[in-house]
Amino acid sequence: MADVTNGDAFVAFERVQKSYDGETLVVKDLNLSLPKGEFLTMLGPSGSGKTTCLMMLAGFETATHGEIKLDGKPINNIPPHKRGIGMVFQNYALFPHMTVAENLSFPLEVRRMGKSDREEKVKRALEMVQMGEFGGRRPAQLSGGQQQRIALARALVFEPELVLMDEPLGALDKQLREHMQFEITNIAHNLGITTVYVTHDQTEALTMSDRVAVFDDGRIQQLAPPDELYESPQNSFVAQFIGENNTLEGTIQEIKGNTCTVKLDDGSIIDAKPVNVVKPGDRTLISIRPERVEMNKERLSPDAHTLRAEVVEFIYMGDIFRTRLRVAGTEDFVIKTRNAPDQRRLKKGEQIEIGWLPDDARALDA
Amino acid sequence: MTDNTAGPDHITGPTPDNALRDADRAAAGGPMLAADGTPLKKSLARALRRQKLRALGLIAPLLIFVLITFVIPIGDMLLRSIKNDIVADTLPRTVQSLSDWDAEAQDLPGEDVWTDFYIDMWFAAERKEHTRLGTRLNYELTGVSSLFRKTGRRVDRFDTDIYTDQFIALDPGWEEPQTWAAMLGDGPASDVLPLTAGAWEDWKAFNVEEGDKVLEEDVPDLMYTALYHELSQGADVSGLSDRLAAAGEAVGGFETVSLREQFADADEDWLDPEVWQIIQLYSPRVTPGYFANAADMQVTPDGVEARPENQRIYGMLFQRTLFMSLMITGSCILLGYPVAWLLANLPMRTANLLMILVLLPFWTSLLVRTSAWKVMLQQQGVINDVLVWLGLVADDARLTMINNQFGTIVAMTHILLPFMILPMYSVMQTIPPSYLRAAKSLGATNWTAFWRVYFPQSVPGIGAGSILVFILAIGYYITPEIVGGNTGTFISNRIAYHISSSLNWGLAAALGSILLVVVLVLYWAYDKIVGIDNVKLG
Repeated sequence: MADVTNGDAFVAFERVQKSYDGETLVVKDLNLSLPKGEFLTMLGPSGSGKTTCLMMLAGFETATHGEIKLDGKPINNIPPHKRGIGMVFQNYALFPHMTVAENLSFPLEVRRMGKSDREEKVKRALEMVQMGEFGGRRPAQLSGGQQQRIALARALVFEPELVLMDEPLGALDKQLREHMQFEITNIAHNLGITTVYVTHDQTEALTMSDRVAVFDDGRIQQLAPPDELYESPQNSFVAQFIGENNTLEGTIQEIKGNTCTVKLDDGSIIDAKPVNVVKPGDRTLISIRPERVEMNKERLSPDAHTLRAEVVEFIYMGDIFRTRLRVAGTEDFVIKTRNAPDQRRLKKGEQIEIGWLPDDARALDA
Repeated sequence: MTDNTAGPDHITGPTPDNALRDADRAAAGGPMLAADGTPLKKSLARALRRQKLRALGLIAPLLIFVLITFVIPIGDMLLRSIKNDIVADTLPRTVQSLSDWDAEAQDLPGEDVWTDFYIDMWFAAERKEHTRLGTRLNYELTGVSSLFRKTGRRVDRFDTDIYTDQFIALDPGWEEPQTWAAMLGDGPASDVLPLTAGAWEDWKAFNVEEGDKVLEEDVPDLMYTALYHELSQGADVSGLSDRLAAAGEAVGGFETVSLREQFADADEDWLDPEVWQIIQLYSPRVTPGYFANAADMQVTPDGVEARPENQRIYGMLFQRTLFMSLMITGSCILLGYPVAWLLANLPMRTANLLMILVLLPFWTSLLVRTSAWKVMLQQQGVINDVLVWLGLVADDARLTMINNQFGTIVAMTHILLPFMILPMYSVMQTIPPSYLRAAKSLGATNWTAFWRVYFPQSVPGIGAGSILVFILAIGYYITPEIVGGNTGTFISNRIAYHISSSLNWGLAAALGSILLVVVLVLYWAYDKIVGIDNVKLG
């Protein structure tokens, strides 16, 4: 899915730029295309330009430069109400003076649909989000999760092919949020609609999406399926933004095909996989996921480089153990180990030796 | 965690549904009890009492201030709309004897009434109260004021001295105040001669008021008249004193003077039964007369009836006041809504600047603003000059824009506009822009999104602003006074006229009460139709 050509893209951003003040670009040269039926998440810290992109797609902001195409047609000059894009807002934006059924019926009314058709569709949409009995209520009489469902139903009731969601789960508590994540992806896939979802919550992005576009500084830093994003971050921003990550600074010593050796600042040598480093002598940031760090030397190849480490802190977290180590001059090198019967619990001050497969240590830009 | 089949009803934790269910469960089990067994309500009330007392203490100074300087005076003022003590206080005897006079018969009252009236008038004239009474009754019947004034000047020169002379001729003792004092002090004589005794009491009281000693003053003619009247009516004085008994026998042969003629001499209007009708009608201490007047009606012996067409003004004034207040409210909504919308949707800095412009009128004297409109709108004023200069209006056909309804509506709309904008603004500020965006994303055009989604949510602001502006407008005084001319004045201008010029406070109070009731009724109707809960000031 990653290599969609612009030809059969359902939504396409082509060299889109956006500036609010004429001095700085909020979105810098955005190129993005997604095929029909894809669930794409725009993930990024606040101010990274992801919401601006969504608003440009919805038609509430105009692109300063470049073109946005929907189903092959440029939509820059089409007003929002003619784009036929469903949208779920951060605070749901359910109309407080209308009942739930009236809220759902609104998009159908403005499309001049007959009364019986309207009722039928509203009923179906409410059933889809399991809120069949709530048609007569006002939004204020619903809980946050229920409002969320109604907002979703309203965005879908007029059967748009594209649905945009702007941090729709931000106001819910953790349990409900996880439940709704599941439901939203389910509904989106069942209906086969294309979804663009904006969030700053990486767990949400990873669990829900077909592909995730990581935004920072007005650019897409990486666009990839969740597993690729997590396991093969293309640069240090993505590596640090997605999931927990250990970083070690050093200089490239030698690149040999798919592996390289890196000399850390304290002089120790480690193996890594070169990702966006070019030649020996480059500064690099090594990224290692806490769960890929190996304490058992037998699982590593005999010639693997290892590092000495001292346990600074051991935290029992139930399903896993989280151990903080002093390694190569840094004190927040974290490793995670599964709470398995044979897993040893480390003690503070204990000296151990750690290593990893060269593939799990990614040498990224410094 | 939760599986897919878990419906919204299975959400655990604090949802509105669960809260309601909990409340139901609690209600079913009878009253809740506190830890010590007292009902929870009672122990809560006890816990809150201190807090309530403290709150009361905090507002007490203002409460007392408002009570003393506002509520009580206003209440007193409103009571004046029905209070009518002046007739009964000034003419106590007349009021009593006139009560069984038949006004329908068109006869003049009998000699009893004339005697009582003579005594009452004499005291009233001495105390200079007759003019006030005349003024009061003049509201009901034109000419009564001068009638009382004229009679007051004459009443102590009535020919009643012939009784004095005849009594003294009969027995020189009658000239001595001591004789009267002894006779009418305590004892049977005052029971037999109630009128005379009452007049003596009043005479004594009058002397005390004046700082004179009753025993050193000449006995006034009215005492002799009263005594003659009672004796001639056959008061049984036998067995009282010899002097009195002698007088009782002699009065039959006295030369008499008709008080009716005396009054007719002073002013022949006293022979008009209508005057007596009015006195009788307004004898009670509580009268519907002011309210009848305020409603373009009058009290007649047959009951309350409408005034002739050409004398009705208040109904028209009330209608005009309501109509113009509605016009002003309407134009405030039309002009204020876009401004409030802009204020609510602009960035904070710009909005604050505009807000200052909106509030600017508040910092300018009301009189200055109104006078400015006079300068703007008059025939030789700025607007006319510009129109003439532009050639839109001929120099000899300049528009009349002031001293009429138009002028009042324009000036008051300008003055009251901030009261409309502020509540609308504060309500609009709470409407998130995402509602409009949501509506548009759902396919609504700009207009539909506004009309179906934004406008209904801004209605509470319109309601609050309208109530504020309407109620302020309906009682407005200064602006219509200055720019209203004849056709653009409000009922309040008429009230002010009665308070300060015609001094008919009762009528002013009645008009004010009606205005108050109208406002309350409109408020109530508004609550019924729109619901006062839907009014938000922010």
